[in-house]
Amino acid sequence: MRRSLLGQNLAALALALVARPALAEDKPSPDFDLALVNRLTWGATSAEVQRMRAMGAEAWLQAELHPPASERLPPAAQAMVDALPMRGQSTVALVRDFREQVTAAKAAQATMSPPGQGVASDGPAAPNPMQAGPLGAAATPPAPTPQDVRRDFLGEALKQDQTRLILRALYSPNQLREQLTAFWLNHFNVYTDKAEIRLFVRDYEDQAIRPHALGRFRDLLEATLRSPAMLQYLDNAQNAKGRINENYAREIMELHTMGVGSGYTQKDVQELARILTGVGIVNPERPERPSPTNPAAIRDGMFAFYPGRHDMGDKVFLGHVIKGSGYDEVRQALDILCAQPATARHVSRQLAQYFVADNPPPALIERMAARWAQSGGDIAAVLDLLFHSPEFQASLSRPLLKDPQHFVLSAVRMAYDDRLIANTQPIVNWLNRLGQPFYGHLTPDGYPLERTAWNGPGQIEQRFEIAQAIGNGSAGLFKGEAPSSAPRQAFPVLQGALYYGGLDKQLSPATRTALDQAASPQEWNILFLASPDFMGR
Amino acid sequence: MTAFPFSRRALLAAGLAGGALAASSRVLAVPALGSQRLLVVFLRGAYDAANIVVPVSSDFYYAARPTIAIARPDPANPKAALPLDGDWGLHPALAESLYPLWQKRQLAFVPFAGTDDMSRSHFETQDTIELGQPLAGSRDYRSGFLGRLAATVAGCHPIAFSNQVPIAFHSASLQVPNLAVNTVTKPSFDARQQKLIEAMYATPTAQALAPQVAVTEGFSVREDAYGALQDEMAKASRGAINPRGFEAQARRIAALMLDRFNLAFLDVGGWDTHTNQGAADGALANRIGDLGRGLAAFAEASGPQWTNTTVIVISEFGRTFRENGNKGTDHGHGSTYWVLGGNVRGGRMVGPQVRVSADTLNQQRDFPVLTDYRAMLGGIFARLYGLSARQVAAVFPEMPPVDLGLV
Repeated sequence: MRRSLLGQNLAALALALVARPALAEDKPSPDFDLALVNRLTWGATSAEVQRMRAMGAEAWLQAELHPPASERLPPAAQAMVDALPMRGQSTVALVRDFREQVTAAKAAQATMSPPGQGVASDGPAAPNPMQAGPLGAAATPPAPTPQDVRRDFLGEALKQDQTRLILRALYSPNQLREQLTAFWLNHFNVYTDKAEIRLFVRDYEDQAIRPHALGRFRDLLEATLRSPAMLQYLDNAQNAKGRINENYAREIMELHTMGVGSGYTQKDVQELARILTGVGIVNPERPERPSPTNPAAIRDGMFAFYPGRHDMGDKVFLGHVIKGSGYDEVRQALDILCAQPATARHVSRQLAQYFVADNPPPALIERMAARWAQSGGDIAAVLDLLFHSPEFQASLSRPLLKDPQHFVLSAVRMAYDDRLIANTQPIVNWLNRLGQPFYGHLTPDGYPLERTAWNGPGQIEQRFEIAQAIGNGSAGLFKGEAPSSAPRQAFPVLQGALYYGGLDKQLSPATRTALDQAASPQEWNILFLASPDFMGR
Repeated sequence: MTAFPFSRRALLAAGLAGGALAASSRVLAVPALGSQRLLVVFLRGAYDAANIVVPVSSDFYYAARPTIAIARPDPANPKAALPLDGDWGLHPALAESLYPLWQKRQLAFVPFAGTDDMSRSHFETQDTIELGQPLAGSRDYRSGFLGRLAATVAGCHPIAFSNQVPIAFHSASLQVPNLAVNTVTKPSFDARQQKLIEAMYATPTAQALAPQVAVTEGFSVREDAYGALQDEMAKASRGAINPRGFEAQARRIAALMLDRFNLAFLDVGGWDTHTNQGAADGALANRIGDLGRGLAAFAEASGPQWTNTTVIVISEFGRTFRENGNKGTDHGHGSTYWVLGGNVRGGRMVGPQVRVSADTLNQQRDFPVLTDYRAMLGGIFARLYGLSARQVAAVFPEMPPVDLGLV
């Protein structure tokens, strides 16, 4: 039986009071509702807190843990996502389009007239699928080089990917799933400056990550394994019998499942690399491969298993003999990996770092790992235990430092609540400056979860600069918006419903003193967003 | 400390953030920095040392790398390695940038260098190096080797030129600033606003999120950097120099190290070449070419200060000695470190070596490690700063320094 959050909350509070007397000058009494919403979402908004209070904490939590399968944003936000030009295209079509445009630009370059005579008569490359793309707009000479085409096409793809993810984080009614989507995108990080990954991350996010973000870890793991984004990023698309590439095999064990130092050997890495031979990507220019008549071949969107490139010998992986059989070996290996206690602990620890503390209590991780084993790696079940744990409840009065993504998104959510922004580019720029762009981490470990990675002097100062940009004006967030009947304010009003609905009572006296000295409403905004009270979640 | 105009930082570095002028015991007992400047460059991702500092006398090298090897030195072949000594050659992409420094004897290479960490994990081994702690025993992530060095040597003005403070600079006693040099613009807070913000970070709860000293230091570094880079940008525009990428970054770093900072860390990523890494041309050649141009620009922009400057280039491990099935290389072990500077005794291959052949490989796979990174760095630090054995041991516990005569 599940105890109610509220009952445990009171117990945890009582415990906290006994164990750790509140500092009068420093610790106002915690507002449980507000802290919970702040921890589980991309930042509290007045609407979300009201919704939670209307439903009750437990019902709200269950709704967050078990959201509807389909992801629908509020209509206006959904319309913005749907209007992204690449949205209607299949990935296979997108890749083909991209390669054709690059090829056309190469051909145009080869036949180009000498300088001074203008562009060759066959004109610029095929029309760009992105209506707003730079190629479509620029019809004047000189003709784009293949490098231009490549940069512009992939640049536009990334822009749309980031826009989509940011709009969902800001406006999705399923906030916990959106946070988990970002968590798993980071856990299974891919880097979009490599090869054609920018064309693949839309499917990666929509089909591999989000649908499984609160589902079974085993499904999530295999979905990432069958994603062209991952296969290209960690080079498994090129891993074949006699041409072994062990990059992905190592990172699956080190980062995605068991964790480094958990007992696997270099030999296990090599055996897993053999198991993964032939797991690759469809080449749209060679649709005949893998052969559709080969029963051992698999083709699923851009994913392909090539039996001819697979090492059919037997393998010994983590002490298990795996008979050479084709793709089924991969399934067996993933089963073995997901059943390892090391995997349950490694992943549970990261979830607890994300939601509880930099160094989560080992006892909590053990209980999460036990729930993992008992539920077959059901992520929602493990999180349910986490959120009901006394460790989590106690942590609500000890805020975690927001990472840059949480800082920026929560600031925009607080500043504008459910008022839809028109332009995500300022957010992209701020995340770049703070060193945590979506899809922008080079290495497969993802961004660090520890607080110390984000509170260095340079980091903190940049946050203040961004607090200033957001607090001072509209910061370009409404650029391009169609003129509307509603008058637009020149700057956001942070002293609004959320503030007076309980947040004001949470502020530390030091912050209150600083806010009292604000020389203008804008400066009040800036100081509030720069305050330690806002830096925590 | 009087050589430096920024007393606030000096006080912070000495752990006197409150500003009270109590004498620190550390200040009294430690060696002075003098005018030495040190830049540590970390190549994250494990650069393929064997294709940059090439064992050209080894037939086994050419057999093990049929498609990616760099040709033996040959004046008639622009794609051939440049001769270092009888056994080693340098990647031709460094011909214009670093090879002249080798010829001036300001650049040395330490082959077979690295760690005792056999995990072959990038992240694990990067942490190992940055922590600089014995492998056995639990790791203390609050204490990196450069943090300990900065706490040992008086007059250090440390800085990390990175988005985040790297583990190497973690320290329980000082807050090392970080600065992303490519994003420096005019500071936007006036003194009154800075004070208001700093005051909010005085409480224990606030300090648990971000130390007040980090807030103070953040404002201060930003103003210093803006001041220094204004000069640099003005000079650059007068000279019509318009460097790009890493070279631009390196010039800015040189400007900031002219008189503001003297112990710096920089990381450069993108070395994890599992596929199609190329040989004399290609992905790795482009990357190493950029790095070389950046370091040469740093040397040039340092001006007369170059004579007091040491640059050490390290990486977490080397790569497999044999190329893999995809014209790339996988995770290996021993690497080759670089030491360059106006005060470096270069033009030499330094440290113990073995003949490069199949039977000398570590686990039949990669270069062995004959020079531990801590022993080498400890030896350099001891020379540069006149550290006692006890002081070196404070930086690298349980690893005696080896004096390779590099500086």
